[in-house]
Amino acid sequence: MGVGKKIDRVDAYAKVTGEAKYSADLAPDGLLVARVVHSKIANGLVKSFDLDEALKVPGVVKIVTCFDVPDIQFPTAGHPWSVEAAHQDVQDRKILNQRVRFYGDDIAAVIAEDEVAASRAARLIKVVYEEYPPVLTVDEAMAEGAVPVHSEYPDNILKHTRFTVGDGDFEKAAKENGLLLIDKVYETQRVQHCHIEVPVSFAYQDANGKIVVTTSTQIPHIVRRVIGQALGIPWGKIRVIKPYIGGGFGNKQDVLYEPLNAFLCTQVGGRGVRLELTREETLACTRVRHAVKFHAKAAVRPDGTLVSRKLEVFSNQGAYASHGHAIAANAANMFKQLYQDEKGLEADSYTVYTNSATAGAMRGYGIPQSDFVTEALTEDLARLTGIDPLEYRLKNCVKEGYVDPHLKFGFESYGLKECILKGRDFIHWDEKRAEYKDQTGPVRRGVGMAIFCYKTGVYPISLETASCRMVLNQDGSLQIQMGATEIGQGADTVFSQMAAESLGITEDRIYVVSTQDTDITPFDTGAYASRQTYVSGKALKKTAEQLKAKILDYASYKLKLPAEGLDIRDNYIVSMADNKSLLSMEELATEAFYSLDRSVHITAEATYHCKENTFASGVCFAEVEVDMPLGKVKVLNIINVHDSGILINPKLAEAQVHGGISMGIGYGLSEILLYDKNGKPLNDNLLDYKMPTSMDTPDLHVDFVQINDPTGPYGNKALGEPPAIPVAPALRNAVLHATGVAVDSLPLDPQKLVEHFKAAGLI
Amino acid sequence: MYDIEKIYQAKDVPDAVRALAENPDAVVISGGSDVLIQIREGRLAGCSLVSIHNIAELKGIEMDKDGTILIRPATSFSHITNNDIIKKYIPVLGDAVDQVGSPQIRNIGTVGGNVCNGVTSADSASTLFALNAVLELTGENGTRQVPIGQFYKGPGKTVREHSEILTAIRITKDNYDGFGGHYIKYGKRNAMEIATLGCSVSVKLTPDKKAIEDLRLAYGVAAPTPMRCTETESAVKEMKISPELFEKVGKGALAEVNPRSSWRASKEFRLQLIEELGKRALKQAIINAGGTLDA
Repeated sequence: MGVGKKIDRVDAYAKVTGEAKYSADLAPDGLLVARVVHSKIANGLVKSFDLDEALKVPGVVKIVTCFDVPDIQFPTAGHPWSVEAAHQDVQDRKILNQRVRFYGDDIAAVIAEDEVAASRAARLIKVVYEEYPPVLTVDEAMAEGAVPVHSEYPDNILKHTRFTVGDGDFEKAAKENGLLLIDKVYETQRVQHCHIEVPVSFAYQDANGKIVVTTSTQIPHIVRRVIGQALGIPWGKIRVIKPYIGGGFGNKQDVLYEPLNAFLCTQVGGRGVRLELTREETLACTRVRHAVKFHAKAAVRPDGTLVSRKLEVFSNQGAYASHGHAIAANAANMFKQLYQDEKGLEADSYTVYTNSATAGAMRGYGIPQSDFVTEALTEDLARLTGIDPLEYRLKNCVKEGYVDPHLKFGFESYGLKECILKGRDFIHWDEKRAEYKDQTGPVRRGVGMAIFCYKTGVYPISLETASCRMVLNQDGSLQIQMGATEIGQGADTVFSQMAAESLGITEDRIYVVSTQDTDITPFDTGAYASRQTYVSGKALKKTAEQLKAKILDYASYKLKLPAEGLDIRDNYIVSMADNKSLLSMEELATEAFYSLDRSVHITAEATYHCKENTFASGVCFAEVEVDMPLGKVKVLNIINVHDSGILINPKLAEAQVHGGISMGIGYGLSEILLYDKNGKPLNDNLLDYKMPTSMDTPDLHVDFVQINDPTGPYGNKALGEPPAIPVAPALRNAVLHATGVAVDSLPLDPQKLVEHFKAAGLI
Repeated sequence: MYDIEKIYQAKDVPDAVRALAENPDAVVISGGSDVLIQIREGRLAGCSLVSIHNIAELKGIEMDKDGTILIRPATSFSHITNNDIIKKYIPVLGDAVDQVGSPQIRNIGTVGGNVCNGVTSADSASTLFALNAVLELTGENGTRQVPIGQFYKGPGKTVREHSEILTAIRITKDNYDGFGGHYIKYGKRNAMEIATLGCSVSVKLTPDKKAIEDLRLAYGVAAPTPMRCTETESAVKEMKISPELFEKVGKGALAEVNPRSSWRASKEFRLQLIEELGKRALKQAIINAGGTLDA
């Protein structure tokens, strides 16, 4: 019982048997169906529609266009709202847009009796556009004379920030005699989350006119707020229900089509309307991971001392701001945090609008991109000095006690070096580095590594608040309502364990209400960052402490003993002095409900406003075999070792890491969203977008260094996102070790590798 | 929900031929693993279908008295792979179709559909080229036999008339007896793939197993249709198994193929694969034919 145990997921049986209900399962019969009409150009203006043919399709109920929606621009990022205008998210899109900013922008919607009618009508709608040349890359968007994607940002730069550490003058530091220098561009590509459940919602108006939206989201309370903003109606007029969801990975940490769905139901008299995207729409029209171009410079002494670095970040935002500059800023921050330069560092970050798919949150939030540049550069620097890359990292990487000079928090617990040493043993680093030293022939092997650090929550950049409610039942069991959402990561299970730990009530008597309903559920900003066990866990712990005090107070009344001498263990009130069971929780609860002397419904509710943060860290080691004539990389062995504090549930923790490594392998070797010169998506389907299959994935190994983090509610810190971070650079560095070829852009796909191997004269 | 205007389930082959003749716009559906995708994508939305699904006379594999292997077209990929005749006499074909898509696709997709689609990437096609398969088409005027080399007219185009049904795929004994074969599918990942390139080699060695008696070198995605490298095949006849042989096959293929650049793969990359896969497939085919590489 409690924290640290490998209990089964509380939703395991429901999910395995199919009993668990997802949004589409809950949709009642008789809903109308909506289909979004997307632009067929990447940059321009909708001048007019011809709807005649489309309206003739039997079953079509209504067609709503960009000329019919409220003239309100709203934000979509799943960030806490700010009461200060300066810190609010950028409000740059409407429910449907006349000004088309990417190929696939939402310009109209068909409401029909069924999917076939809606699809037929959508195909028959004729659109007249005024077209502008698309700007697809950061370079094009920042060039002189580029068409502004948003008139509010004439130079297409959404935001530019700069910070320095130490001297903050790379060029000056680089003048020292005898330094080894690197000046290179590293690039990461646009990828997608590929959660198994596509975005789906249904909306209707209840008898009092309240709009009820059931949706697959990570952030129900934020969705409610944004629907209110988008429709220009009070937030309390909206109710958002979030049932089980089939993954989100950050795509559903954005308000996607819920405002449109809510608006459409108001256009048909409040009748229920269902809006489900296709996989193709999900890939083309929801959110993607930012493609980032990094220009990195570094200076190192021959003895391996890192003297100074400079980084320029150019983050391709796509058409709308979504999470905006937060990603580029985050990326620059980790570049700074993972290594400390003797003389200092400078970093400039630009987030740039382009006419391409909108980039938003995705597992790791800028850090997988940052780790690619940071760890590819580190590897290249180590090679330049001739020092073993692991030794080089041990010498230069972030040390125990580090505090970020700007964010003012640091490693409240530190296990990075221990992670590196554990991974070194597992992969047989020293032996393999020697064994693979002087290979010849077309097929070669190598080992590579990459480290990372990751902040657990978003404090102090953004508000961290979470709430929890606990309700004692008549039989002494317990309901927990969390504002934080279960999105497949196992939150409900670890919350049960935390409650068991703090309350002395066993998990079999703890029921976490998995559905969030904004009319009922206490407020939490949702599932994102790696915050649930940390921030929401603190809310749970605080609530549990209050509930326990109330329970013991009642026990004290009932037993006529001082509460200070009582505790709860295994569903019994016990005497702390001799651990003797005095009263069962069931007897206590029944009495509390029905006592003619003192009836009380024992409940507790608390909000935790989190003003702490801490770094998690870790490492990936990969061993690969490269078939150079075919450009194929086979991952022979791979391990992630994580410093994530105390594990609440080691089995779930391991599963988190498996998923992250798998995502990292795709990011490193095969996944990339492609577009033609007009910005039209080329591979917006799961055949042509190459996620790795089980046939491409070796056994995934996981280890942990468990050090109690004093700021974590149960000694825990971030684990949700970190596993996806170090894999791609570790693979890149392993290929470099195998072949001597440094690939500086992701992914390391076969055609790119063949081109590199040919250029290097290897094939 | 699929946008299908109407569907007719044919009772037998003549019924299917008649239904197609009566519906000039109708599309034949068998397993559905390609047609349903095209309906969903919108390319065939609102189509009329004539279904030959589950017509018993179109399923199964048998061997004639003269050793000709007859594969009926509605046989699923997984049935081909697990068929005893295929396993014993032409395992290369079973291996090739075992690389289609996923287990689910291989359980519904049929070899006839794979061929009649007319696409160059079909996993069965290059091996059927290497085996000199002959296709039997049945239409309103009876049946006709078409060697597979004459079946393809261009990307997605074949000589099959609208009202014709593919009713048999035949491989005569002289095209498999004594041969060893090997198919390599090159995809960017190891499953759920469409071939970036496919190479199928069938080889018969001299009685001493030291030289080439007969070589068939077939490719998919090396040209707009599946193809054979006939000049290379002739050029290496009677050549000893040697590094020169593999070099000649790899380079020879390059002179005969015509791959194109697309966003899926550049021409240069495909040429690299053509040369390399030709060599590798031949090496394995030689081993499968009883030879050794250091002969």
